[in-house]
Amino acid sequence: MADSGNAPKPSSSVKLVLLGEAAVGKSSLVLRFVNNDFQENKEPTIGAAFLTQKCNLPTRTIKFEIWDTAGQERFASLAPMYYRNAQAALVVYDLTKPTSLIKAKHWVAELQRQASPGIVISLVGNKLDLTNDGAGDGGGEEGAAEDSGDARKVTTEEAKTYAEDEGLLFFETSAKTGYNVTEVFTAIANSIPETSLKTARGPNASHAPSRTEEQRVNLNGPRDSGAKDSCAC
Amino acid sequence: MADEIAPEYDVVVLGTGLTECILSGVLSVKGKKVLHIDRNDHYGGEASSINLEALFKKYGNYAKGTEPWKQYGRMNDWNIDLVPKFLMSSGELTNILVSTDVTRYLEFKQVAGSYVQQGDGPKATVAKVPSDAAEALRSPLMGLFEKRRMKSFIEWVGQFDVKDSATHKGLDMSTCTMREVYDKFGLEAGTKDFAGHAMALYQTDAYLDIKGGAPEAVERLKLYGNSVARYGKSPYIYPLYGLGELPQGFARLSAIYGGTYMLNTSVDELVFEDGKAVGIKATMTGIEPEMKFETRAKTILGDPSYFPDKVTVVGHVLRAICILKHPLANTNDSDSCQIIIPQSQVGRKNDIYVACVSSAHNVCPKGYWIAIVSTIAETSANHHLELAPGIERLGRIEEQFMGPPIPLYEPITDGTKDNIFISKSYDPSSHFETTTDDVRDIYSRIAGEELKVEGLREGIQVAAE
Ligand SMILES: Nc1nc2c(ncn2[C@@H]2O[C@H](COP(=O)(O)OP(=O)(O)OP(=O)(O)O)[C@@H](O)[C@H]2O)c(=O)[nH]1
Ligand SMILES: [Mg+2]
Repeated sequence: MADSGNAPKPSSSVKLVLLGEAAVGKSSLVLRFVNNDFQENKEPTIGAAFLTQKCNLPTRTIKFEIWDTAGQERFASLAPMYYRNAQAALVVYDLTKPTSLIKAKHWVAELQRQASPGIVISLVGNKLDLTNDGAGDGGGEEGAAEDSGDARKVTTEEAKTYAEDEGLLFFETSAKTGYNVTEVFTAIANSIPETSLKTARGPNASHAPSRTEEQRVNLNGPRDSGAKDSCAC
Repeated sequence: MADEIAPEYDVVVLGTGLTECILSGVLSVKGKKVLHIDRNDHYGGEASSINLEALFKKYGNYAKGTEPWKQYGRMNDWNIDLVPKFLMSSGELTNILVSTDVTRYLEFKQVAGSYVQQGDGPKATVAKVPSDAAEALRSPLMGLFEKRRMKSFIEWVGQFDVKDSATHKGLDMSTCTMREVYDKFGLEAGTKDFAGHAMALYQTDAYLDIKGGAPEAVERLKLYGNSVARYGKSPYIYPLYGLGELPQGFARLSAIYGGTYMLNTSVDELVFEDGKAVGIKATMTGIEPEMKFETRAKTILGDPSYFPDKVTVVGHVLRAICILKHPLANTNDSDSCQIIIPQSQVGRKNDIYVACVSSAHNVCPKGYWIAIVSTIAETSANHHLELAPGIERLGRIEEQFMGPPIPLYEPITDGTKDNIFISKSYDPSSHFETTTDDVRDIYSRIAGEELKVEGLREGIQVAAE
């Protein structure tokens, strides 16, 4: 809103959480979406598991607050804070690794149990570049690719059917080439109901009167060092 | 799965209470490889926030076969703190939250008011604690002349500088007691009471006669004043969804710096070599089949419940958690507040605290208030009578949860010999300043240096995988 220039479009924040087995490419998808970048041998996520990126729709701007997972999911020890008020989730599997789809289904069930009822979930099969139908540069250098050059182990049909049954959005992507990555986030942005954007966050906020919004405090604001004059003690 | 647990960690942390989570967050950011375990299926240990159904089940105060929580809306809307505290908005926990950037996971709101009781029984007055000279002049807690004395006292506190003897009113700060300071300003007993207990937040009167104790008391008065000045209504802030969010925020900090988290995991054995703890044997349940594992640790730290033979009981807290359908009387219909009942007002040695929060902080459905009354036990029976002056402030109570006295533990040794560093139980003070003191104390014993949080996340190293 503080931006000068163009007439301001309504803008709202959406908390988006990422889930999926280790090394399926969760952080790589975020890196592609936020920085349009890819790293061949990306370290497991450390240090920055909270990123923001705007998504401009024709009528409004969605600011994604992206919560990457960071190891707490490894032994199923995610905290309620992680799901709290998440309006969107990206559940990622590696379409060259069938076990990762099983894990993805587990996370979908977990989200349906733990997260806010209206959450928009997108199932994402990543590493499409390693398959024959992969867009852009193929998986040529990847040793894992079979003779045919196709390392796909999860069919589009199987994952798509599952996604339809569970009411999930579904995409196949490549963080490496960038194929379909922006599309995932745009589709999510478009699927978030307008009504849930009006309130600040999640269902609980909706029955709090709007004036309570003002009372939120910004801890990062300047420390009151002038307290000497304004308040004598 | 078991192969994901490393053979050795720099630090194994037992229990996910706030003290433990701050430490594992800070140690992870500093590059230590941390394994953090809790026997429960949730974060927070003794200091978690739970829903009303879990609270009924914890206290067992309902007839078998009934489900009294069903009349209280959606259970997910309830986040009831087991240990009630507020953050001082200019206090050390706030400082740590900001320095570590954990603030990005949490939202805070002000606590609407800070109140103090004067007198006892039906004649008691509950009034806002004056935070500045102007409020002192309007306060019903003091008569006309006393107001003026209090005003000049508050003004003096504001410009007090321990290093500048010109601000010491001719008193020798190295030996001076706080009682002498109050007497210098001619303050009455009732005024000393609310200044010492509701502003400096001392829980007993012991501070009055400590030689050279005046500067600390003045600093505490300043912390109160600066905290009020920061946001305006009260010196306190409180996280949306309850205090249980705090340990979770620091656990996430630890995890993004490589910390490994395991809930549902009980410690079967501490492994010792030459009297020093060097590792643990543990079992993770809640999965099929359960997983037994063993790992070594350079340092082990945790809450008292993991080391029953290495801690001692130093007192007992009495606590009653009450569900109300109205705000507290005489608090200007506040959505949240604290009332301190100074000990001498009701013939006790320890203060009684009432902490009240409501749906404004997303801890219960709209129309409810959660009030928690606590104090230190002074008798061995009739504990409900000890809490009575606080309970009387609440009016009609829908549900009340009060268990036996809660023991307060402290470690017997400092950990330098056996390599085990144990936190203290959460005391009944109204804020987290003692918790962060404990964090700093444990950190310096482990690391051999003072904890410096400023700039912690700039130029950090990252744990090697
Ligand atoms: N070929 C190919 N490799 C990818 C793709 N996406 C990610 N990778 C690689 O897969 C590995 C793991 O990617 P990450 O993004 O770190 O995976 P993650 O799911 O965040 O992993 P954790 O943080 O450990 O849970 C890295 O070496 C990436 O370079 C992709 O679309 N195609
Ligand atoms: Mg990652």
